[in-house]
Amino acid sequence: MVSGSNFHRLPEPEHKGLTMTFDGRTIEARGGDSVAAALIAAGVTETRTTPVSGAARGPYCMMGVCFECLMEIDGVQNVQGCMVQVREGMSVRSMAGARTVSDAGNTHGG
Amino acid sequence: MAETEFAVVGGGLVGMAVAYGLQRRGHQVTVFDEGDIAYRASRGNFGLVWVQGKGAGMPDYARWTRLSAALWPEFADELKRKTGVDVELTQPGGLDVCLTDSELAGHVARLEGLRDAVGGDYPFEVLDPGRLRGMVPEVGPTVSGATYFPEDGHANPLFLLRALLGAFRAEGGRIENGGAVRVITPTQGAFRIETDRPWEAAQVVLSAGLGNAKLGPMVGLNAPVKPNRGQVLICERVQPFLNYPTVQIRQIGTGSVQIGDSKEDVGFDDATAPRVVAAIARRATRLFPLLENVRVVRAWGALRIMSPDGHPIYDRSTAHPGAHLVTCHSGVTLAAAHALVLAGWIGGGEPEIPYLETFSGKRFQLSSAA
Repeated sequence: MVSGSNFHRLPEPEHKGLTMTFDGRTIEARGGDSVAAALIAAGVTETRTTPVSGAARGPYCMMGVCFECLMEIDGVQNVQGCMVQVREGMSVRSMAGARTVSDAGNTHGG
Repeated sequence: MAETEFAVVGGGLVGMAVAYGLQRRGHQVTVFDEGDIAYRASRGNFGLVWVQGKGAGMPDYARWTRLSAALWPEFADELKRKTGVDVELTQPGGLDVCLTDSELAGHVARLEGLRDAVGGDYPFEVLDPGRLRGMVPEVGPTVSGATYFPEDGHANPLFLLRALLGAFRAEGGRIENGGAVRVITPTQGAFRIETDRPWEAAQVVLSAGLGNAKLGPMVGLNAPVKPNRGQVLICERVQPFLNYPTVQIRQIGTGSVQIGDSKEDVGFDDATAPRVVAAIARRATRLFPLLENVRVVRAWGALRIMSPDGHPIYDRSTAHPGAHLVTCHSGVTLAAAHALVLAGWIGGGEPEIPYLETFSGKRFQLSSAA
């Protein structure tokens, strides 16, 4: 879901503007943003549904602990959005339930 | 004047199953739970309801394990009905997947020996790689095959513990979290339990896991149990690919993959060790190569409670009647039998299963004297 954000950026006059997409929609980000931070600053609060109940989830702890912000980033599923910095042109998608797994693809970078 | 009819010392899966079983038969039970300073084997359990391979050297243990597996469906239903907690029991049969021909041959020989020891009724199957791949297509190309036992399954050990606590309380049972039980003293026809304050119990059940080694002799019982560490890895939730529990790996319904089956003699150290974690992961990726791309999100160590022969100890004191002892390393598998059958033996007044006497801790006194 997308709306006005409850989070406000600190005044930083100088920053590098970046763009990424989330489920196909263009998101404006700043250099140094994590993917999760850029999304909540843009008002995106729901970034996956849980495998257990199907309930919506979004970035929460912002420090790599809670695993609520799992997303598909540049084709890799179940990546913690709070632990990845935005790069220009990044393609981010929401996750629906558990990630797929197969011998062939979906190799995690790093 | 006793404050409680039964004092159950230890509130893990074993103690809670017995306590619930006693309470549902109308006994009045108080459980003494040490708290989270304890080793908490029940929180680190792998969660298998496992029959195959158990009971070598003691066929009654094979019979007992099968009885519990057979009782499990009605037991899970009962817990759900009383507490609303679904313990996620499934019993589709279990696989022990082998990476070498000699490993497979060893497993088959053990299962054949068990089949002979229990008189022929022991329905395991040996799967060649082709049949195995038919059941689990994701199995790796280098496996030699597997043994399959149709009564094996798995459950969620944490939900089981929660359900046992809830069912026990719903039946009117009491839980005391006053710290460790330090001393148990037999008095005239009763027992004095030393914890945060002294308690008086008419009967006592020792289900304190590794603590039973120290507590048993205080009431004339022998439980020379020692810790055996197992380490467990938990992977991120992925789409279902493994519809059968295996000895080393199981996938739960909501997608998490649990990997384990290490065994180490390291005393009372329940930490994780990178060398062992790596070995577990390496074997897992040979069994199921798709796991190479799956992230590990948690790891832990926990201490199994091992008797000298690996089999359970069920005993009651002749020196101090009213004192009982229960210990095993299969708190999930045996939970149904502990609650529905063993509790009847401990409570008295019901026909006893004759072979329960086989599990007495006296077997270790005899062997050490020989």
